[in-house]
Amino acid sequence: MLEIKNLNVAIGGRRILNDLDLKVAAGEVAAIMGPNGSGKSTLAYVIAGKEDYEVLSGEVLLDGENVLELSPDERAAKGLFLAFQYPVEIPGVATMTFLKAALNAQRKQRGEEELSIPEFMKRVKKAGDMLDIKPEMLRRALNVGFSGGEKKRMDIMQMALLEPRFAILDETDSGLDIDAVRIVADGVNALRSRQRGFLVITHYPRLLEHIVPDTVHVMAGGRIVRSGGKELASELERTGYREYAEEAA
Amino acid sequence: MTAQIIPSRTAAEAALAEIFASAKAGLPGSGAVEKLREESFAAFARGGLPHRRIESWHYTDLRALMREALPIAPAPTRERRAALRKAAAALPANSLVLVDGVFAAELSGKLPEGVKVTSLSAALAEDRPGILESLAAAWAEADDAIVSLNAALMRDGVVIDVAPGASLAAPLHIVYASVAEKPAARFSRSLVKVGAGACLRLNEMSLGAGGRAGQTNNALIVDVGEGAEVGHTLSLTDTRPGSLRLETFLVRVAARAKFDSFALVTGGGLMRRQIFKLFAGPDAKGTLRGVSLLRGREHADTTLFVRHAATGCEGRQAFRYILDEESTGVFQGKVVVEPGAQKTDGKMLAKAIMLSDAATMNSRPELEIFADDVICGHGATCGGLNADQLFYLETRGLPPPEAEALLLEAFANELIDDIGHADLVAAYRAEVAAWLAARARSETRSVA
Repeated sequence: MLEIKNLNVAIGGRRILNDLDLKVAAGEVAAIMGPNGSGKSTLAYVIAGKEDYEVLSGEVLLDGENVLELSPDERAAKGLFLAFQYPVEIPGVATMTFLKAALNAQRKQRGEEELSIPEFMKRVKKAGDMLDIKPEMLRRALNVGFSGGEKKRMDIMQMALLEPRFAILDETDSGLDIDAVRIVADGVNALRSRQRGFLVITHYPRLLEHIVPDTVHVMAGGRIVRSGGKELASELERTGYREYAEEAA
Repeated sequence: MTAQIIPSRTAAEAALAEIFASAKAGLPGSGAVEKLREESFAAFARGGLPHRRIESWHYTDLRALMREALPIAPAPTRERRAALRKAAAALPANSLVLVDGVFAAELSGKLPEGVKVTSLSAALAEDRPGILESLAAAWAEADDAIVSLNAALMRDGVVIDVAPGASLAAPLHIVYASVAEKPAARFSRSLVKVGAGACLRLNEMSLGAGGRAGQTNNALIVDVGEGAEVGHTLSLTDTRPGSLRLETFLVRVAARAKFDSFALVTGGGLMRRQIFKLFAGPDAKGTLRGVSLLRGREHADTTLFVRHAATGCEGRQAFRYILDEESTGVFQGKVVVEPGAQKTDGKMLAKAIMLSDAATMNSRPELEIFADDVICGHGATCGGLNADQLFYLETRGLPPPEAEALLLEAFANELIDDIGHADLVAAYRAEVAAWLAARARSETRSVA
């Protein structure tokens, strides 16, 4: 489903990702763990299409198509989704207006009809209920005045509404209390399917107790340095990242 | 020996002198009003059109920009009146129509209880008690060449009296209709007196009805009585390319009164809006907000003079600009807190989004504080759209032009949403949407 080949990325002349290779199959939940500064968020941003990064070489293939040649909105329409580590506040844009614009923009790019208002409302309600998002939140400006937990839930709600083929969760658990982690994890688990892949980026094994991954990859120094099953997360809980940090250096 | 420098008159200044000389006999009012006109024109003529060496006009050099002075608009022809009658029928209730600066009672609807309206020309002609005092008081506040010119040539306008305690359910609209077949000038002055404890919503808008580019010099004086509440909105969105629009707004806020004003500026030509706001009594609240959306070589200047002359007043000023292509935005805000105006709470913020390297924004907030127990602050920002916000929207599937439009719309609508009247909010939001749609169409054309 998602295949990253020999990806090399720099920002401001500084190399962040080095010959990174990664494969995530359809239906798989892959976790990426690693210390601060190992390049996890850069990887998420590069897959989603952030401009600030310079891709020196390599490919990111979604079902065989190199998405690096597409703009962020085209990638979204192809089914890529990024749940942000820090979801952005957008003053003045009502959340409902934004959700409708996003959903219809993707549908338009895929040559599909716009959703009718009742159908749209139905889908919003379903996704909102799943993430414990109150109608009052949907009337407010997007993410403005939301708590950290509310912002993350809003991001996952967008994921539920947009139904991507492949989702990247960039430290979705950061800043969340235990209850919020559970709500977010339940939301993600509800979307797990044989057709959909996930890349879950996190520092802490805690999230992976709720979103149980099929594979775990350790990232250090801008490359994947070790891969394994879900038991690797528990091992990291005991050993920490020290040995990988040394390896990266 | 000192030499007195007398600047040579420009063609526009010479033409204005001729226009005044030939028009004054036909302008309403006699005796004291005539004297007022003569004195006002003399005051204007001494300095001529304001120019860049006059601090408050530094960024809008009218002397250089106003190449000609157009003749005063003639009375509309029968055909134009008929066309206008049709258009006026579609206006909301409580509309007061000024046709090329002259109040047209026949086009204006029935008024709600508690409101009295007469034309300024009638009030001047009959030397109505207090009218000159109201005008003179306005002067003292606004020592400005364009205000003097307006006083000299004011042809008509509306005088609105809202009875003390009256509460109007629906907004009152002042509609500026332009119908002259050839480019012409209009000079209007309107007075609104809101009695103590009264509640009024006043909306100013334009009606094209086939008018041509021209020059407008309007003045509106609003006197907000003790404990009264006034919401004011102004749409300057029907200005044609090549036109010149000078708008002066004077507002005096009495004790415990609340005043809130919003203006939307889009479209052609050269626009200067100057606002003189005086907090005359204690514990009043006054908000001024505005959004300017500019493209092409449009130039829009909003200049504020806010004077706190009483204790405990709260002043808020928030202005936003979106500047595309080669347009120029000007924001000047001067807030003066007088020695006795303790406990003043004043804030002013101007924000501009620049969509083109060729656009220019001139922002100059100023504070002069002569009291020692006040909270006052000001700020000005100027920059492009927020890259993180754009990226976020794009990752959700919005193509860059749509993401940009959504952010621009939000930037403008944030101030519009504070108008506090659903129909007016919808109307002003629609104007912003129309401007963005027109911009998108022209971008598509230029790409093609």
